[in-house]
Order: sequence, then structure tokens, then C-alpha cells
Amino acid sequence: MAIKNKKLNLKDKYQYLTRDMAWEPTYQKKEDIYPDEQFEGIKITDWSQWEDPFRLTMDAYWKYQAEKEKKLYAIFDAFAQNNGHQNITDARYVNALKLFLSGVSPLEYAAFQGYARVGRQFSGAGARVACQMQAIDELRHSQTQQHAMSHYNKHFNGLHDAAHQHDRIWFLSVPKSFFDDARSAGPFEFLTAISFSFEYVLTNLLFVPFMSGAAYNGDMATVTFGFSAQSDEARHMTLGLEVIKFILEQHEDNVPIIQRWIDKWFWRGFRLLSLVGMMMDYMLPNKVMSWAEAWEVYYEQNGGALFKDLERYGIRPPKYQDIANDAKNHVSHQAWSTFYQYSQATNFHTWMPEEEEMAWLSEKYPETFDKYYRARFEHWDKEHKEGRRFYNNTLPQLCQVCQIPVIFTEKDDPTVFSHRQIKHEGERYHFCSDGCCDIFKNEPEKYIQAWLPVHQIYQGNCGGADVATVVEKYYHINPGVDNMEYHGSPDHQRWLDIKGLKPLKSQSEKKTAA
Amino acid sequence: MTIEIKTTSVEPIRNTYSAIARRFGDKPATRYQEASFDIEAKTNFHYRPLWDPKRTLNDPSRTAVQMEDWHAVTDPRQFFYGAYVGNRAKMQEAAESNFGFCDKRNLLTRLPEETQHQLLRFLVPLRHVELGANMNNSKIAGDAIATTVAQMHMFAATDRLGIGQYLSRIALLLDGSTGKALDESKTFWMDDELWQPMRKLVEDMLVIDDWFEVTLVQNVLLDGLMYPLIYDWMDAWLGEQGAEDVSLLTEFQRDWYKESLRWTNAMIKTVAGESESNRGQLQAWVARWEPRAYEALKPIAQATTGLDALDEIRAELSARLKKVGLESTGVQA
Repeated sequence: MAIKNKKLNLKDKYQYLTRDMAWEPTYQKKEDIYPDEQFEGIKITDWSQWEDPFRLTMDAYWKYQAEKEKKLYAIFDAFAQNNGHQNITDARYVNALKLFLSGVSPLEYAAFQGYARVGRQFSGAGARVACQMQAIDELRHSQTQQHAMSHYNKHFNGLHDAAHQHDRIWFLSVPKSFFDDARSAGPFEFLTAISFSFEYVLTNLLFVPFMSGAAYNGDMATVTFGFSAQSDEARHMTLGLEVIKFILEQHEDNVPIIQRWIDKWFWRGFRLLSLVGMMMDYMLPNKVMSWAEAWEVYYEQNGGALFKDLERYGIRPPKYQDIANDAKNHVSHQAWSTFYQYSQATNFHTWMPEEEEMAWLSEKYPETFDKYYRARFEHWDKEHKEGRRFYNNTLPQLCQVCQIPVIFTEKDDPTVFSHRQIKHEGERYHFCSDGCCDIFKNEPEKYIQAWLPVHQIYQGNCGGADVATVVEKYYHINPGVDNMEYHGSPDHQRWLDIKGLKPLKSQSEKKTAA
Repeated sequence: MTIEIKTTSVEPIRNTYSAIARRFGDKPATRYQEASFDIEAKTNFHYRPLWDPKRTLNDPSRTAVQMEDWHAVTDPRQFFYGAYVGNRAKMQEAAESNFGFCDKRNLLTRLPEETQHQLLRFLVPLRHVELGANMNNSKIAGDAIATTVAQMHMFAATDRLGIGQYLSRIALLLDGSTGKALDESKTFWMDDELWQPMRKLVEDMLVIDDWFEVTLVQNVLLDGLMYPLIYDWMDAWLGEQGAEDVSLLTEFQRDWYKESLRWTNAMIKTVAGESESNRGQLQAWVARWEPRAYEALKPIAQATTGLDALDEIRAELSARLKKVGLESTGVQA
């Protein structure tokens, strides 16, 4: 052994404090200790090449995170004490929180579970430690989100049973199946899906819009959470980039596998983001930017630069990227149309945009909004004002992969629905796109297992034969209270009370001695 | 005199989330409750894992132990993430000040060479045991289905990484941060006969599939013998060699272990008390693994504190297990 007398630099010291605690096992075989590392076909020739994406020893982690938590909870307390929910722009905004708490927070928890698992699975201790830190961060996010929204739950409807609903409600199978897909994959695909595609490529289009929405709409609790999570997210993004570069550098045989995963997870992520698009364009009373603008900045520009950078590894931009880019002018409108019609089966309210919001949409979507969507929305608005609020009582055909109803249109013709179908072992399967159909064809044995909410209702697995029973008993939605039209709802009424636009009914005055 | 601030108050329409209200009633809930109960997915999983196609995600059958509701296992410390990091931040502050004190006054490098060698041979190799414990607890956090259980193990996983890092820093104090002492210490772990039963045990634990078996073996049986042996008895033995200052550098571990007894005891009590079949399963694991944990520590005790110390600790563990209806067979009453 070489005699060492030089002080370790930071990098080497961190390695001594993490991966050097590991050793080459001799009593058990490596493949028995790390049984999941081989089956995906990814070849890792030398784990010592792993570059730690961040150097945070546990003592520093505890210290920094505790400081952040202390500040965060001080704001939560102040927010609750001062009834901060009264300071938001408009109660319609709370519906974005309902979408977040039932659609995104459970994913934070699923991420915790997934990272805890891969944080055990890799034989490279450096990668394990980085994954474990993300695991506990994700646990943090899932829990602080419960606490951030706890006060809203006390004053608005529809936030009350998010995790239960995540397991059941038809459109929540979109985010749920996304994460189930990643968690049920092997450890390398999990990291490509979540660390790279989700955290690195798409986080500015998912997590950030909700937090910016909170900032623009006076939601101090949620935006403070967002700021508090920022440095965690930065770590997660760094891990995402390191993961992909490391795998690609390890062996050239990894390139086609990673390319297939990037194609798959880009497309799944893009479909999932339809929900965020409609939130940004329709659910935020005070709008941050349009979905199309967000897509241009965060995907077309940032993503473009990233994939240019990855070119040298033999990676090309995701397949069907052109379709996704084109769809930025359509998806939010198509999604909101769908949720408006099926609002009797969602856990949040919907409404038609007000006149000035329509004008904003026309301005932001000069090529598409007036041409394809305005007339429909004006018609529904008129119908509603005449006492015929439109609800669609048929159940839609869901895509076998992304699980969104087949509502999107063809790239070259926005008047034609994009619908693909194939036969597999005698059964017919339906898809929203070539992107989803390709994903199915690569792993049919996986996607035939999908728990498709509409099929499940028809098969009688959701507590009743009719939608009303399913919604109330199985989904735990209070019809007309948690959901349906916003105008005239208890939330709306309450908001008018808060703002003093109607005589105060439920408000009492209290003296606090201090 | 008091001053009065007039505030408006809006009556809430509910006091907590429905899932919490179903368990505890619709009354104001604690932060521990809202963060720890029923936030995980429970049903309607879409795809069977490629790595375990016989089971679903979040499958209760990843352990042979069966609970009507795993949320019955709760944390007496009421740790959710924020409470956990807040507590550990305080503990690390004390540890940091102790390490700083020892470093500034060269308390370790002033020790006789023989004692320094003993630290590298008997104490520092435990960093590898801690890494095994870290991996085991991370596995459990990924496999356990209730948040109340999973989060305790996630916290244990990061705790064990932290403890491994504190042990490593003892060697860095000894060699002036060159890494030389850590290299030397690792050779004991790999090659010294004294450590081989322990290394074999740790490697064997890494291939246990059943997550509750892992938590029992790691967090109850092995820790139950190892922590008192190393951090109480060996600590006293080192003190007799004039190395009482080392206690400053292992204070974290003593505080940590005392605290961890609270949740591990509550967990085995609830799980063993759930059913006769659970108790029987736990008993079988205790019978298989307790003697191995004892054997793994035996050479270390013999070389340091003497075997009597380990036997005494073993009897204490036996009494602890007896309280939940489990017997460790190797112990004379």
C-alpha cells in the first residue's frame, strides 16, 4: 500500500465517507446480494467511475434540512393562524391544489419507495447513497405537502381523501400508472424514468408550474414549500444527469437500451403533463405563462440543448418529439374540455373561462384557440347560463398505456381524433397515439395488466354499476360539493362570504389575548 | 394588563383529512398523524414488478409476518421527516462540537500507539457493519407497506450512514485526514480472523428476502448485542486504557441506541402481539439468528471486554425479548 501523507481533498474525503464503507463480498455472491442489477441488460464495467452528483454527509444533511424545515413550518403556522387561505386570488385556484394533492403528492411517496429500493439495489455504493438521499427527500415532500395543504382542506372541499382517490379515480390512474410503471421496472430503468426523464428533463414543466401558480395566486403555504424544496430538487436533477451519463459511458451496448427508455419515458411524461397544461391555462386565476410558452422554454429550448449535449453518446432526441411540440397548442384545451364534461366524476370543480380569460387564450394560442376551441366553450357557457350545464354521461375509451381518454387529435389535422388499435393474443387494445402504441408493443405483457378505470367500472370492480354510486361510494367524492360546476358550489359560496360579497354567514369574531 | 388583537376567525368545515378522521375521528390531527397514516398507495396496482413477478407493488406478502393493519406499528417518538431531521440536527451539533474539541486538542493522536491501533482494529471497522445496516434499512423502507413502518426504517437507514461516517472520522482524526488509517482499518474487516464471523453475518443478512426478518435480525438482535457491547462495555474498556476521550466521539451512538430502543421495542411488541402465528415466526427467527449475532461478536468481546460482558448483554437482550413473549434459546436463565 502506498504511504499516504497528503490530506484528502473534498472529493476523496467524501468517497471515504460513503463508498469506501463498502467492500467486495466473499461470503455471499455479489449477484445474490444485488439480484436486480443484471436482468435489464445494462452493463456496468466499473462502478468506481461513478461521480458523486453532490457531496453531502449525513451530519450536514440533517443540519441544512432541519434549518429549512424550521422556516417552512413557521410559515405554515403563520399561514394557518392568519387564515392565509383568504388571501388567494380566487377560490377557483384551490382546484389546482386538489389536482396536486391527489395527482402529484402520491407520486412523491411512490418516489420515496422507489428510491429506497434502488438505494439498496445498486452494487455501487456511491449511487446507493445518492438514491437514498433522494428517497428521504421524497418522503419529505410527500409529508410537507400534506401539511402545506392541511389548512386548505379545512376550508375547501375536494382535498379530503387524496391518497384514497389516487388509487381509484379514473384520471388519477394516469399519474399512478406512470409511477407504477417506473417502480415495477428494473433499477436502471427506474432511474432513467424518474431521475432523468422526470426530474431532469420535465421537472420544470411539472413541479415548477404548480409552485409558480401558487406564487402568482397568493398561496403562501404552497409556494413556501416550493422554495424549500428547491435545493432538494436541484440535487435530484444533478443525480438525473449523472445517472444517464454514467450508464452511457459504461458500455456502448447500453446506448440502444437507454434510447428506448428515453423514447418511452419522454412520451409517458408528455402525456402526463397534459394535466399540468390544463392547470396552467385554465385553473390558475392569475396566470403564470401559457402551457405552449412553458413547453417552448422548458422543453424545446432547454431539452433541445440537453439532447444536443447527449449526441456525443449516440443519443438522439426522443421519438415523436415533433408530435409533442406540435401538440403544445392543443393539449390543454382538449384536456380541459374533457374534464369540463366529466366533472361529475372528478375531485375538483370545473368552469368555463371568463371573457377576459378567453381573450388571453386567443392571444396565447393565435393559431388554434379561436379556430378550434372558442366556439365549443362559448356554447357550453351559454348552455350553462340557460340552466343546462353540460355533463357527459358516457364513459370514455381509455388509452391502454397512458390511460388518458382517447381525446387528442392528429398532428396534421386537429379535427381528427388520434386513435390506434392493435390485436395482441386475440384481444384488441386501444391507444391515443403511435407513441403509446409503441410502448405497448415493446412490453405487451406488462401493459395488458393495466388497471383501466373504465373497464374496471364495467366489470363491477368499483363498488357499483352506475357512475353515481362509483363516484360517491368508491371514489369518496361528495357529488356537487367536491366537484361539478364551480359556480354556485359550496366552495364558491364560501369564497363570496370570505370576500364579503355576500352577507357574512359563517364568520364570527373572536378576540385573541396576546 | 393584556393587549387584545382582534382577529376574524372562519370556522373550518372539517378538522382533518378523511383518512385521518376515519382512524381518529374528525378532530384536529397532529402533524405526525397527517404525515404518517394512509398516504401510501394501497390497491389497484397496475403492473407486477419485473423483479418480483409473483407479487404486486406494495405487496403485504413480502414478509411472512401478517398484520391486519400495519399502521398499528407506530413510532413512540412521533417522527415524521421534519421532526426527525430537527432531532438529528441537535444531536449532530453536539457530535460536531465533540469532534472539534478532540481535533483541536489532539486528544486522539496523543494516545499511545497501541491504543490508536486498538481503535483502528476494534472500533473503526464497525463502519462497515453500519453500511450493511444502512442497506438493510433502505430495503425495508422500500418493502414495508405502511408509512408508519417505512419511514422509521428510512430514518434508520440514514442514521446508520451517519454513524458509519462518524466512525470513519475517528480514523481521519488519527491519520490527519489522509485516509491511511481507514485503509488500514479496512484490512482488519476484510482479513483479520476476529472480524470474519461478523463480516459473514453481515453478508448473510444482505441476502435475506423477508423484510421483517431483516429488521428483527438487524435492528433488534444484532444491534441489541452490538451497541451495548461496543458503546458501553468496550467504551469503558478503552477508558481503562486511558482512551476515555474516545467516549466523546461515540456519544452520538449511545444516545441514538437508547432512542432506537423505543421504536424497536414498540414494533416487536405490536407485531408479536398481533397473532400466535406472528409470534411463532418471530420466535423461529430469533432461534436462528440470535446465536449467530452472539457468535459474530464473541471474538471482539474476547479480545477486548472479555466474554462475560457479552454474556451479560445477552441475558439483557433475552429479558427484553421475553417481555414480548420471545425466547432466546442460547441463554441460561
